[in-house]
This record gives sequence, structure tokens and C-alpha cells, in this order.
Amino acid sequence: MTESLAIETRELSKVYGSGRTEVVALRQATLQVPKGKVVALLGPSGSGKSTLLTIVGLVIEPTSGQVLINGQLVVDGASAKTDLRSYRRRHIGFVFQKANLIPFLSAIENVQVAMELNGVRSGKARSRAIELLKYFGVVERSHDMPARLSGGEQQRVAVARALANDPQVLLADEPTAALDSQRAKQVMELFAKIAHEQGAGGIVVTHDHRFLDVFDTIYEMEDGVLHERSPAAGSFVGSLATEDTKVPEGAQ
Amino acid sequence: MNLAIKDVQHNLGRFSLTAVGIGMMLMIVMGMAGIYRGLIEDATLIINRIDGDLWVVQRDTRGPFAEISRVPETLVYRVQAVPGISSAREFVFHTIQRQHAGKPLRMSVLGLSWPTDKGEWLPLVAGRPLARNHFEIIVDKTLGFQLHETIKLGKESYTVVGIATGMVSSGGDGMGIVTVSDSQAIQFDTVGEALRLERSARERRSAAVDIFQNQPQLVEQLAHPASELPAVSSPAISAVIARVAPGANMAQAQEVIASWGDVSVFTKSGQEDLLLQGMVDKARRQLGMFRALLTIIAAVIMALILYTLTLDKLHSIALLKLLGAPNRTILGMLLQQAVALGAMGYGIAWLLGRELFPYFPRRVVITNEDLLQLFLIVFAISVLSSLLGIWRAMRVKPTEALMG
Repeated sequence: MTESLAIETRELSKVYGSGRTEVVALRQATLQVPKGKVVALLGPSGSGKSTLLTIVGLVIEPTSGQVLINGQLVVDGASAKTDLRSYRRRHIGFVFQKANLIPFLSAIENVQVAMELNGVRSGKARSRAIELLKYFGVVERSHDMPARLSGGEQQRVAVARALANDPQVLLADEPTAALDSQRAKQVMELFAKIAHEQGAGGIVVTHDHRFLDVFDTIYEMEDGVLHERSPAAGSFVGSLATEDTKVPEGAQ
Repeated sequence: MNLAIKDVQHNLGRFSLTAVGIGMMLMIVMGMAGIYRGLIEDATLIINRIDGDLWVVQRDTRGPFAEISRVPETLVYRVQAVPGISSAREFVFHTIQRQHAGKPLRMSVLGLSWPTDKGEWLPLVAGRPLARNHFEIIVDKTLGFQLHETIKLGKESYTVVGIATGMVSSGGDGMGIVTVSDSQAIQFDTVGEALRLERSARERRSAAVDIFQNQPQLVEQLAHPASELPAVSSPAISAVIARVAPGANMAQAQEVIASWGDVSVFTKSGQEDLLLQGMVDKARRQLGMFRALLTIIAAVIMALILYTLTLDKLHSIALLKLLGAPNRTILGMLLQQAVALGAMGYGIAWLLGRELFPYFPRRVVITNEDLLQLFLIVFAISVLSSLLGIWRAMRVKPTEALMG
């Protein structure tokens, strides 16, 4: 079972502060994302969604519990079982509510840098970045600096960056907040498609209930407690092979 | 992709202005070293250019540069007679401050032993060496005279026949080079009224002495100029410069001259030491301290600038960490920028200095050795001053990219 899971968390807990200032952000959160599936994470602000996402993204350590990626134990309590930054670079793609682009790099360089940090040669990284930007409809803005891009364009560049290294784990924190509904749907579908085709697992934090049918499983969080709501009706992935969402070859 | 260059390109205006600021500061550090070097060169220049092996000066003085020295003109013949000495010549050196064209004129007067020394060794940029025993002068170009211009010094006028370069005293005053006799005339020039007063004072004093009453010829003698009075020695010179014959034993010649009771003798290097350890030493130490302080200030300012530049990038650094960038990538980016800033500042300092230093009132000598030394210092302070920024960057957590 573990081998078929892209992401698995076992009784993850996160406590900030101690004594009277202690805040429990996550309580015994257990979650499984099979390879090729994307799950949605719903919940009110402050419920612990982002904490869970950053623990799975190997950005912060849990107080207790384990994180396994592709069956490999990478975090056990506060101790890392591998070089987390290097692991994150190679296997995890992030998309945030805010685009979070590097301001001194152009759109294409923002995508390119993620690959170059991973050891991809500059020329190869550049052509792949062009493919991704073309796919997201921002190739004509390739050489513009982030400050000159609209919120939607920035977010599309950020999504392209997250997908640049063909990650095994896709984590998104309200990725469609800055997108129009058509583009938002495309992004959600793309996550599902990439996960399905590459055998990656994805967790998407969202408040947007319009696209919940894209997800294979829906989790809800409240006061740090995670529970599965109900399986989404059918798998959306099967209906994704349309021309407008065809993934660039390099991404497969 | 080079992140350091990308960041610099993005903030080119600010980075360039910072580099100009640092460059100007480094130019001052460079200038201090140049002034120090110029001070030493100026102090030893005349000793090196004149190229005498032995300097014979007044007993127990450190003359003629470090303090006043007076020796009789006849000393030159005594020195010449010492075994091993091939030639000896008079040397006069003193500083005057007169008015010229309504402005103060400060000049170090150097007397050459005519006709053996006409100043052929002087580095002339225009004109010629001295061709006459009197009323010709060669001046350093810093004095601002033109060829064939006339300078009135005392009762006489001197025509500029040559313009030399780099002929300044240890005090930074440009030199005027004349013959020994002219330099004495300039030094001991007395106005007519003073002469008349002195003459009448002598006559008055003689009236109280019996011998003058009995010998009227003596009273007549008193009316002559002081230099013609038999009882008064002729005007003294500053020193005698001697050359040792090739193959002769200099130490032996020095020992002979040192045994005379009325003079002291120094070798060329001894004269240099007198200047460097004596009159130049305090200025040298003062400049050295200024230089050290300025270097420290430059390092502190660079550290603050680099720290501020790093603070501006903290979000990007956090984002890079979130994307999995290793510490060496971030460290490399900051170090490259620090070194680039230092290198640009150094280049600007060099260019600005090259244009501005010639206009400084004192000579600024920038040697390759000093340039290399400053380059290494700038490299070191660039690296050191980036440490504060690097320390801050290393403390940034990737989660900071997720905030705000």
C-alpha cells in the first residue's frame, strides 16, 4: 500500500510555543494521497491547512508524526531523514496564493531558475521554460519582469515554475485565487492531469468550491483536526484529455 | 544563470551609485597612500637626484635638510683633498617666502656649484640648464612660472631658463635652482637702508674704541659691505657634497672627514634615514593612521550597504530556499555582489584619482605596489563586509516566503 502512495502523513502534530502561549496547529493528522491523485484541503482560515502543507512540503518540521513520500520516510518527528532542501528541490512543486516570483528575474528566468537549481543545463531549462510559458499563455511576456505582469499572469508563471522539474509532489495553497474562472479551471485540471500522467500526488488548499469535482478526495480541517469529507463524485481525470489542456511533452 | 548579475541588472542605478560612493571613499584611501608615498619621494628626491656619496655638514647637526647647517666655503677644498674623494662641490639649500605678482611665493632655493654643476641632471620639461653664473634660474613647474619670465628676489631679477618637474622639497615647496653665489645673494640679501643703518652703527661703535681713533683707515674699512670685511667670514654654505672615486674605500674617506672637529659626515643612505626618521616620520605616521581609519570606515560603510542590499532581498532569498536553492548558491550571490561592488569601487577610485590627483597641492605618487596592496585590501574588506549580510541571509527561513 505504502509504495502506491505519493504522499503519506502519519499522525502529524505541530505545536507552536509552549506553556501559556502554546498553540496546537495540527493534531494527529493522517492523510494518504495515492500516486496519480490530487486531493483538496478545505477549511476555515487558521484551521491548520497551511501548516500541514508546509510540513508535507518539507519546509517546517512537525512536532511529532511522520511524512513519507513515494513510500520513503523523509521526516520523523523533528528529525529529517534526508537533506530536506535538496529533496524539496528535486521532488516538490509549490504554488502559492500569491505568485511569489523573484522580482529581479524575468518571467522566463523565474521558471528557468527552478530547473537550473536542480542541475538542468541553461539551454535545456530555457527551452522547457518557453514550452511551459507557451502552454500557460504567457510566452509573449517571457522577458517582462514580475512587476510588469498582471496578477493572473504572475500566477501562471508561478504554476509553470512549480511544474518545471516534473515534481512527484504538487502542493498548492489557493493557486486560483488570482485567476479568472476559466484559467482557474484549467489550472485545477492541469494539476489533476499531471498527477495522473506522471504518477505524482497533489494537495491543493482551496476555498473555491466550483472545481471540487476535479479532486479525487476532499479533506476538511478544523482546529488542526483533519478528516476526509467524502470521495468526490467520480474521477475527473478521465475526461481531461482535451486539446486545450494538453501538457507539453517535456512535462511528461 | 548568474543570480548576482541578475539582481545587479535589476537594481543597476542603485548599485552604480553605491559603487560610485564607495569608489570616492576608496579614492581618498588611495590618495592618502599616494600622499604618503609622495612625501617620502619628495623628501629623498633631491638626495637621490644629486647623487652625492658623502654629505659633509656642520658638526653635530642633521643638516642640510633636517636642520640648518653652516659650513665655510673653503671646506670644499679640504674635502677634495681627502684620499679616495674624486670631486667635491658646494651645496646651498634654504626656503624663502616672498611676494610675487601680489601673491605669496614660497620656494626652496637650491644652489649649484658653478661651473662644475650646471643642473644637467635636473629633469627639465622645458628650457635648458644654467648657462651663466648669475641671474638665471630653473624652477619646478609647480611654482607656475613660464619660460623667460623674470622673478625679482631681493635686489636682483632672475630669468627663468628652465622648467623642471618633480623638484620639490620635503615640505612640498617647489624648488628654484640657481648658482651657489646667487643662492647666497638671495639668502643674505639686505636692503640698502639696513646697510646704511648698520654702517653708521659701526662708525658709532668705533668712536668708543681707541684703535679706530689712531687708525682712520680702519674706519674707512668699516664702510665696506660685510662680505668684504676681513674680520667677518664670507657667507657660509649649507653642505659639501663629495663623490668617492670608483674603487676607493668610502668608509675610509668618511672616517677621515669625521675625524675633523668642525664637521659631521653622512652617507647618502644616512641622509635619507635622517629625513625619513626625522622630519617625515610624524607626517608618515599621521597619514598611516588616517589611511587605516579610512580603510576601517570604508569597510563599515560597505558592510552597512551590503547588509541593506541583503535586507531588500530577504524575501527573494527565502523564496530561493523554498525552491530548494542550496546555501552556497545564496552565499555565492551575496559574495559575488560584494566583490563586484568592491571591484567597481576600486576601478572608479583609480579612474577618479588619475584625473584628480594631479590637481592636489602636494604630489600624490601611486605606485603599482600600492595599487596591488589596495586591491587586496578592497577584496578583503568586500568579503569581510559581506559577512553581516550573509549571516542575515543564512538565518532567513523558507517559510518567510509564504508570509505577506
